[in-house]
Amino acid sequence: MGAYSVGIDAGSTYTKGVLLDAQRTIVGTAVQMTGVNIVAAANNVYRAVLQEAGVAEGDVGCLVGTGYGRYNIKFGHVQITEISCHAKGASFLFPATHTVLDMGGQDTKAIRTNERGEVVDFCMNDKCAAGTGRFIEGSARALGLSLKEVGDLSLRSNRAVQVSSTCAVFAESETLELLAWGHSLEDILYGVHSSIATRAIGLLQRVGIEPELAFTGGVSLNRGMVRCLEEQLGVKLNTSERTMFCGAIGAALFGLERMEQEVAAPPVRA
Amino acid sequence: MITAGIDIGQRNTKAALLENGGRIVAKVSARTGYDFEKAAAALYDECLALAGLDSDDVSYVVATGFGRYRLPFRDANVTDITANSRGAKFLFPGTACFLDVGAGSARAAKIDANGRILKFRATEKCAAGGGGFLEKIAFYTGVDIADLGRIALTSTQPVSLSTVCSVLAESEVINFVTQEVPMENILLGACNSVVGRVLLTLRQVGTDPEVTLTGGMNLNVAIPKILEEKLKLKPNASADLYYAGAIGAAVLGFRRVSRTRGSPGMGG
Repeated sequence: MGAYSVGIDAGSTYTKGVLLDAQRTIVGTAVQMTGVNIVAAANNVYRAVLQEAGVAEGDVGCLVGTGYGRYNIKFGHVQITEISCHAKGASFLFPATHTVLDMGGQDTKAIRTNERGEVVDFCMNDKCAAGTGRFIEGSARALGLSLKEVGDLSLRSNRAVQVSSTCAVFAESETLELLAWGHSLEDILYGVHSSIATRAIGLLQRVGIEPELAFTGGVSLNRGMVRCLEEQLGVKLNTSERTMFCGAIGAALFGLERMEQEVAAPPVRA
Repeated sequence: MITAGIDIGQRNTKAALLENGGRIVAKVSARTGYDFEKAAAALYDECLALAGLDSDDVSYVVATGFGRYRLPFRDANVTDITANSRGAKFLFPGTACFLDVGAGSARAAKIDANGRILKFRATEKCAAGGGGFLEKIAFYTGVDIADLGRIALTSTQPVSLSTVCSVLAESEVINFVTQEVPMENILLGACNSVVGRVLLTLRQVGTDPEVTLTGGMNLNVAIPKILEEKLKLKPNASADLYYAGAIGAAVLGFRRVSRTRGSPGMGG
């Protein structure tokens, strides 16, 4: 059996993959749009992490699926909810983490964790996609900009426009409407990021905010969102270029633990 | 006398020309797009050309829909609710309640014999129940939106969508597609979900007969059928009702001009 562990996080927008070696070092990462074919996206990402690290499929001891598409990744050995994975991944990247905010394409989750990276409490948007990355996506689409551009542009404004919609479907029309009223692009985008930050903080307050706070998921790459959250929370957030992979990292860590347990207590043969 | 109604909706813009408040001379529709002033002006020209008329022949232009304030050549603007009530009444005089389902939102109202609003409700905070959701579903299943209703009606085992949010429902639908659930079952499930949502809005104002469906959902054959099943009464639905907002706006334009001309001192 191989010594490597792979975590695949099939999110609503992006599918992320991480390859860990037995020493818990990240040796490969990959990401691509999930699209309509979740299984194909997960397979591609799996191949991509193996290729990046030059590891053969036979060297992989455990493959763990997570994310909303986890039950569709049929080649995984085990599926674990993304909440557990994000908690574990965040503790791995930032060991002092006690609260995690995971903001994805259509889910936002607030998670409180203990010292071991286990979930103590969590809550998430369940009824609708308000307050998720989808709203930023809608604004970006309306303006013909990339997700990175809208975050960076919002940083240039000091005067947020009040955004009245919360429904992600209305993001496009409201953005265009605000432009038509003569507001600058930067001020609108600052307003968009602020309003989503406010909703996310509402979720965080329900689980309780205990430092340190890690910001994970695809939207954690958006510097405009980091700024709005930090402004409104008054604390610093832990983010890095790896926080987008947090769910996949957590999944791969669960895989390693499973492998170690199997070595310690081999399955009993009849 | 010719009056015009232009309904600038979130997805489509509709225009109608009315002769003496009684006969529809021409009606056309096109995508609203990003530059809706331009789209509305082009559509208005197209409508005039179709009727063989010139803009000077038109006595009054009334704008409605979410983009109504951005029509530079309007003489007046009215809300969607007012326009649709007059349009529904014009096409189906027995209308007591109407349900207008647009791409982004839905509205329902109870009206009196003259088409005046007695009570109304609208979805405004979110897009649940908006027809735009079905466009997304058409995209993910690779079905032409024009065929969606017809294909949906061939299903006997519709899926059940657990969420009302259009964004989250999209993911649910993608999961069904991945699980190779027959397309018609997904489509009927999606139509059921939209009707379920808009019925909540309609039930808040009442379902006294006749109930008339206005707006884009008249182009989807499954929606009136599902409404009929759930309401236990047959709603008025027709291709003309797609233009109810524009027609109603033109009707209101005619009334306004007639009232001015008919006022004391002008021979009336």
